[in-house]
Amino acid sequence: MTAGYGASVAVRNASLRVGGGEAVALLGRNGAGKTTTLMAIAGAIRPTSGTVEIDGRQVTGQPSYRIARQGLSLVPQGRRIFTTLSVRENLTLASRGGDLAQVYSLFEILAIRSASPGSTLSGGEQQMLAIGRALMTRPRLLLLDEPSEGLAPQVVRNLAELVARLRREVGLSILVAEQNLGFAFAVADRVYLMERGEVVHEDAAGAFREDHALQKRYLGV
Amino acid sequence: MLALALASVPAWAPRFWIYIATQALIFAIFAMSLDLLLGYAGLPSFGHAAFYGVGAYACALLALRDVDGLAPLLLVGALAAALAAVPIGALSLRTTGIYFLMLTLAFAQMLWGLAVNWISLTRGTDGLIGIPRPTLPGLETLNITFYERGAFFILCLVVAIVTFISLQALARSPFGKTLEGIRENERRMRALGCPTFRYRFAAFVVAAAFAGVAGALAAMSNGYATPDLLYWTGSGLALVAVVVGGARSLIGPVLGAFFVLFAQLGLSTFVERWELILGALFIAFVLFLPGGLVGLVRRT
Amino acid sequence: MELSVAGLTVRFGALAALNRVDISVATGERRAVIGPNGAGKTTLLNVIAGELQPTEGTVHLGERDATSLPTWRRARLGLGRTFQRSTLFSQLTVVENLALAIRARKRGGWRFWPVGDRALNGEVKRRLEAIGLAHLAGRTTARLGHGERRILEVELALAASPSALLLDEPMAGLSAGERQTTLERLRSLPRDVTVVIVEHDLDAVFALAERITVLDHGVKIADGAAADVRANPRVQEVYLGPI
Repeated sequence: MTAGYGASVAVRNASLRVGGGEAVALLGRNGAGKTTTLMAIAGAIRPTSGTVEIDGRQVTGQPSYRIARQGLSLVPQGRRIFTTLSVRENLTLASRGGDLAQVYSLFEILAIRSASPGSTLSGGEQQMLAIGRALMTRPRLLLLDEPSEGLAPQVVRNLAELVARLRREVGLSILVAEQNLGFAFAVADRVYLMERGEVVHEDAAGAFREDHALQKRYLGV
Repeated sequence: MLALALASVPAWAPRFWIYIATQALIFAIFAMSLDLLLGYAGLPSFGHAAFYGVGAYACALLALRDVDGLAPLLLVGALAAALAAVPIGALSLRTTGIYFLMLTLAFAQMLWGLAVNWISLTRGTDGLIGIPRPTLPGLETLNITFYERGAFFILCLVVAIVTFISLQALARSPFGKTLEGIRENERRMRALGCPTFRYRFAAFVVAAAFAGVAGALAAMSNGYATPDLLYWTGSGLALVAVVVGGARSLIGPVLGAFFVLFAQLGLSTFVERWELILGALFIAFVLFLPGGLVGLVRRT
Repeated sequence: MELSVAGLTVRFGALAALNRVDISVATGERRAVIGPNGAGKTTLLNVIAGELQPTEGTVHLGERDATSLPTWRRARLGLGRTFQRSTLFSQLTVVENLALAIRARKRGGWRFWPVGDRALNGEVKRRLEAIGLAHLAGRTTARLGHGERRILEVELALAASPSALLLDEPMAGLSAGERQTTLERLRSLPRDVTVVIVEHDLDAVFALAERITVLDHGVKIADGAAADVRANPRVQEVYLGPI
């Protein structure tokens, strides 16, 4: 797939696969094309060439709401919750048979502040709300763009546990773009590395975790 | 180039077209002053005609007291408008966006009401009539008056060019850049130590002064000053001119002013409901050509 | 410049975002403020910066009681800040963004004629190179990537040469290399600049901070030398997790 914004190409000829019930991490420096890839898959931007398939069915170029109805949910970078609606309204608005109780048990603060308008939540709380909202759509494939950003370390750990649980119980597939390697390794089976818009390396998560030379090369760690 | 082309107009155009071009130049000065607010400071003022009208009336009142020097007449127009802008700006600039728009509209209508009802000063809807053309000491020696064919046109052209150069310089100055910063992100400017209210207030008063000069020229051109100069439709038409022409550059309002004026003229000759068509044109520009005429030129 | 808040309480209806918080930061100190999400960290920064009025309590900048001063006056006293969400001049280029920040510091806004400012242009160039964005000088910030915006966000605050700097999660969303750059920019600050940094990135926190204040549910639960706070069992329970 190739995609970009206007005249600039952000993603060039990228190919990747997420199997059913698999968790895959998309790693790379800022500007490598991770966000563009997720946005193009979700239909928020239109790929200029290439294909996107869900369960073998072509969804390339479809509007994002149609792609979402096929069981895909995107948690974009920067939260983007509905600030004028309450926490509860944010969650139930997006619901497609979602389990509110489960979301509340994952993120306690959302239960406590369920009547408060989204704008009164702190940054990290808004991030939790964005993730909860995506979960309410009962996705089969969850796309997460830097979900750990702005979250306290304990919350990040809880989130990693939840993602693992969802995979086990529901068979949820995950594609997560992350800077936080700890979170990525805790969650993913496989990793793809992106550099300058291209997928340059694919590896098993465990193997990549041990390979410090590769990590330094692609991520500068 | 445009200036030179315009300067040649009195030489070849019939009197009527010289008159139209004069009106267009005065409107262009008014539109440029509004662009300082809308395009550079990001302040959508819907009451700018108030300052135009105040300038016209100030000039008229002075002229009817037998002051006929060009400089004092223009200056009093600018000063009166600037003075009117002080209380209006002090109150309106406490708000932004749609609230600012409504407040400026309200204040302008108040001033219009004043012009209609303060009959002892303004003669109400009859207006102040019989305003003579001004005199300029240098010209008398050359035996030219502003009643000559094309003379007043050239005067308006000169004022328009001076306005353009001044506002252009202002826009490129540190003051202008700071205004842009306030337009783009006021919160950040304040966090950087900028007293944003003061800057917006200064821009508001300066814009009013230039509008007042345009108003004074209008009074001298037409020979009268009437309340309709302050009516909100004047502010609206100026906004249309700025948006259609292109709000982010100063040549935009000039192009827009000419466009709107000639469109008005052309359409009203053929169609009774010309305002409808002008409105539709405006909507088309906003939807498809947000950069205005200037944007169109840049693209080609 | 030293910073302090005393008895600081901020209430939104029934919710106390901050409750009787006392914090005192000495001139030139590097202080981190950490805590779980919703602890009141950003609220604290907003009150110090003047964007929010406290329900009770005072804010002091240096010797002055700044509690009722507007934001821009506090900035003039030497206070700088970054925002959790990048707050840039979106339709302007990177160069113009930096120029605005430097010009604001020099109070050069009241000149009505275009002036070339060689010193200003030189400084813009130096800063661009220091943050590694020289190749993006002419790009409008709306078209920058997330990490680039965050870096510029921090640099705008630095360009104002503050004597006290408030940083709200400057590391959020940065890649490893970008974190390094930002850390170096912060380390390069003059020693007498007071720095208060709100962060979740514990590596950055322990790399920068001399003292740490911990907030939880609007209340200060720990305050002391970095190593002590790190070992504090309550802090571990509430935020750090098992170390």
